[in-house]
Amino acid sequence: MSPDSDDRSALSWFLTGMRGMFSLPALILMTSIVGFSAFALESGLTRAEAVFMSFAIWALPAQVILVGTMASGANIAACFLAVTLSSIRMMPMVASVIPEMRTKRTPTWLLLILSHFVAITAWVFAITTLRKVPREHRAVYFAGFGVTLTTSGTLVVAIFYGIAASFPPLIAGVLFFLTPVYFNASIWASASQPVVKLAFVMGVVLGPLLALVTPEFDVLYAGIGGGTAAYLIDRWRRKKRRGTKAGSR
Amino acid sequence: MIDEYWTFIVIFVAGFLATDVWRWLGVVAGNRLNEESEALYWVRAVATSLVMAVTAKLIVFPNGMLAESPLWLRLGAAGIGFAVFLATGRKVAVGVAVPMALLIAGLWWTGFGGR
Repeated sequence: MSPDSDDRSALSWFLTGMRGMFSLPALILMTSIVGFSAFALESGLTRAEAVFMSFAIWALPAQVILVGTMASGANIAACFLAVTLSSIRMMPMVASVIPEMRTKRTPTWLLLILSHFVAITAWVFAITTLRKVPREHRAVYFAGFGVTLTTSGTLVVAIFYGIAASFPPLIAGVLFFLTPVYFNASIWASASQPVVKLAFVMGVVLGPLLALVTPEFDVLYAGIGGGTAAYLIDRWRRKKRRGTKAGSR
Repeated sequence: MIDEYWTFIVIFVAGFLATDVWRWLGVVAGNRLNEESEALYWVRAVATSLVMAVTAKLIVFPNGMLAESPLWLRLGAAGIGFAVFLATGRKVAVGVAVPMALLIAGLWWTGFGGR
């Protein structure tokens, strides 16, 4: 990064964030959204409903769950419950990037608006790139990426609604595999702290296992249980290291 | 008239509010966290485990067309791909390309999609 980067204007950082659209993760997300628009059509949503859903929720798992529960004829309260359980994960995701994104003067209303654009792809973007941006420009930088990504994703639904259904099964199947393998690689690559790697392994193992035991709360239990276990192991490891360091002195 | 908009109301209430209430709570919680604090370690660990649980489930219990492919193929492609990714210096492009290539080869070989 150039030494004069602190002098760059907010607009220029917004544009830098926007440029994140031309990246592998953004491209992969867009192709997953093509998959979602096919699913929405198959499930009986109109184009306008699918577009509104994409922009208003902006979390693919929650969208898939809502489409599924709506299609099964569940009432609005049951739909709310199913979606809100899957979206609890948003709270720690947002909470973990806020301390890096804000300055002491960043207004809370701005963070509340920006939080809407946090979903897995933008979360990965934030944890991997915010560090390289001067602190006072991080919120606007993230806005540049997040707003552009959500708007583009919504446009993809509008354009590809109906087209994706005619894809051959091999391509449609492959599209659904792109998202998880990308998350595997990018989250591991961005994990600079051992605690994140431990939590990664815990989530991968516990997610599918708990899905067999408690299909409704699996992700929640895997996250809180696996994350807490990872944290405790890491704390014990850090304490022990500090202890041996102090002892050798 | 309400019928016409009912689906939009469901999406707004059971989709938007059901999801963003957690994002807003995340802002409130994150505002109280110090960047160096011990609590942030825990929050990061929980967030990572949650995301990875969702991710692993997409491989083990996928939606759409992928659900019809064999589980051993998805696990093998993802597992071997991840091992290659770790062994070759953790390039994200490698971590994506290798599992995708393995999956495509496997689907081809098992005659996926009736071809």
